[in-house]
Amino acid sequence: MSGTYLGMPAFPRAADVSTRDTRLRANLTHATHTIRDKRAAAVAELDDWAQLRAAGAAVKDRVLRRLDHYLEQLEAAVTAAGGQVHWAADAEEANRIVTALVRETGEREVVKVKSMATQEIGLNQALEDAGIRAYETDLAELIVQLGDDLPSHILVPAIHRNRAEIRDIFRREMGRWGRPAPEGLSDSPAELAEAARLHLREKFLSAKVGISGANFMVAETGTLVVVESEGNGRMCLTLPETLISVVGIEKVVPTWQDLEIFLQLLPRSSTAERMNPYTSTWTGTTDGDGPRNFHLVLLDNGRTDTLADTVGRQALRCIRCSACLNVCPVYERAGGHAYGSPYPGPIGAILTPQLRGMQGPLEESLPYASSLCGACYEVCPVAIDIPEVLVHLRERVVEGGPVTRGGTRTVVKPARGHAAERAAMRAAAWTFDHPGVLRRGMRLAARTRRLHPRRLPGPGRAWSRTRALPAVPAESFRDWWRRTRGESPSGPTGERGAGE
Amino acid sequence: MSSRDVVLGRVRRALAAEPRDTGRNEPPVVRDYRRVHGSRTAAQTVELLAENLADYRAVVHRSDPAGLPALIARLLADRGARSVVVPRGLPASWLEAALAASSGLTRIEDRAALTPAELDAVDSVVTGCAVAIAETGTLVLDAGPDQGRRRITLVPDHHVCVVRVPDQVVGSVPQALPRLAPDRPLTWISGPSATSDIELDRVEGVHGPRTLEVILLSASGQSG
Repeated sequence: MSGTYLGMPAFPRAADVSTRDTRLRANLTHATHTIRDKRAAAVAELDDWAQLRAAGAAVKDRVLRRLDHYLEQLEAAVTAAGGQVHWAADAEEANRIVTALVRETGEREVVKVKSMATQEIGLNQALEDAGIRAYETDLAELIVQLGDDLPSHILVPAIHRNRAEIRDIFRREMGRWGRPAPEGLSDSPAELAEAARLHLREKFLSAKVGISGANFMVAETGTLVVVESEGNGRMCLTLPETLISVVGIEKVVPTWQDLEIFLQLLPRSSTAERMNPYTSTWTGTTDGDGPRNFHLVLLDNGRTDTLADTVGRQALRCIRCSACLNVCPVYERAGGHAYGSPYPGPIGAILTPQLRGMQGPLEESLPYASSLCGACYEVCPVAIDIPEVLVHLRERVVEGGPVTRGGTRTVVKPARGHAAERAAMRAAAWTFDHPGVLRRGMRLAARTRRLHPRRLPGPGRAWSRTRALPAVPAESFRDWWRRTRGESPSGPTGERGAGE
Repeated sequence: MSSRDVVLGRVRRALAAEPRDTGRNEPPVVRDYRRVHGSRTAAQTVELLAENLADYRAVVHRSDPAGLPALIARLLADRGARSVVVPRGLPASWLEAALAASSGLTRIEDRAALTPAELDAVDSVVTGCAVAIAETGTLVLDAGPDQGRRRITLVPDHHVCVVRVPDQVVGSVPQALPRLAPDRPLTWISGPSATSDIELDRVEGVHGPRTLEVILLSASGQSG
């Protein structure tokens, strides 16, 4: 790992490697099954879950439908409360704004609370290039950062590591970043957590600048909300003098009251708890309590392009709970890194190609990283129909069509590499229009079935590499029907009337 | 053109096909979910709070005003606390017994000049709270006079929080929000700091207080 998602291979190639990693698969199976069972129990405690879910989806849809209005309302409220609002059209601009804000403070170090948005824009690297060191303070993010690794799960980013690996990383790397790991550190989770506590506390106590994301922003009041478990979020949000929050524009909700929906949906869907240990809310700055300077960087970076797609926009409802990852048979086997982005699993398969555009082999492959079983839709607390968006995006890959890139409407061509699939589909369509041809073809297939290869040659090779070819029966259905019933399968006017 | 104009312009173009009404014709958000789950008396709500606090490994105690100072004194002594930080508005009587019984205990006032490093050397913190939520086992602090700045309940390792029952207890999240002011900084606490990042083994106390003790304080004669 090089600490960046850039240049990641297409999903099938990455998954080909990761599915052979037996330790990874064991870690993942244990994790996803544990969380999914606990989540089901936590959700079952609320008999109005379906109503909450519908209300959550409706609130988010309402926001998306008038996003400009709510963003302007939010900006006014944050400004009135003493915060400063910045707008970033893309990752580069967001990084430039944050780097400049940190430089203004004269500081060379910042503490960070886990933030998907800052991972998405590669902020840590941008800061490093500017000579500023960013310390990740979530335990899992710390493990990832010290191991020069990448997050592989939205909720538990180091889920691909087991305790022995984590102990080795702490022993080897902590000293290079600050306070070294204690002598004789064992691999018990309690000792490892204590080592992280000691290592990070010296950072928290001296930090002058904190960087965060946010789970929600309330347009009506200008309030930001961060939901967490460890307390590192509270440390980053309250101890530094300057707080910079980088938040995607889709995270806004209209009213204070709306939090009653999401503060019930999110913890139970995510960590399977009635409530996460800590939730912080703040509105601008408060005299004598918390940071004196608060900056909110509103991030587009492909979100408005996603908004322009009326089918795909529902991905912007996502509240990053990660429930869809834990039920996905594909994620469970392939792991998070194969998705090539901070957003793995089913939500990543629809979010990444939309945020970045179908610009390369990875983005084009992601809509196919699914069995379309629908489990992700079932558990989604804001009812994102992930299978619907996957199919929609597959159509864009194969057929091309209208998309919005960088705010400009354009028409994309079909992706290269799908010519064989389109040719096969055209041939199939023609064959089904000519029943006589179909019948003769099926008979021929049945008679030659012992000669069929296990793998397809030529353009079909990639398809059959990951699938078993269906066995051809000794007799076609039509022949069987005719032999046992003595009549044409499609009725008196069917086959003969049309084709012969 | 500013980035603000760029982003808002893109949003408007993306939504060009949507009807641009003023919000009155918006599809309504149906709020047919429950305001509270199940029906309980005030006393039962307090019981549920106690259960759910304990389920998240907070230590729950009960007291009345007469017994409170002695209880706080005992909890601090049991921890071997040598210093305790308190918010300015904490009722003076609450700590009388603790400060009298143990001459070794130093009372530290929550004040803006207190540095994070100074706070790190403090053993315990005693506060009140704004609202407690029974269904989720959550305490909400709103930086009120008896709760102080957010950091005093974060940096010390031992937090004693007094909840006035049943006045400060609500059943559910929807009942809590209207009682909270959005312009105040809020801290919602459900059990002590915890992580499950290592093989999903739950470990308490990563960065916040490792021990959370909650005193359910009932009016005189209603203790128990």
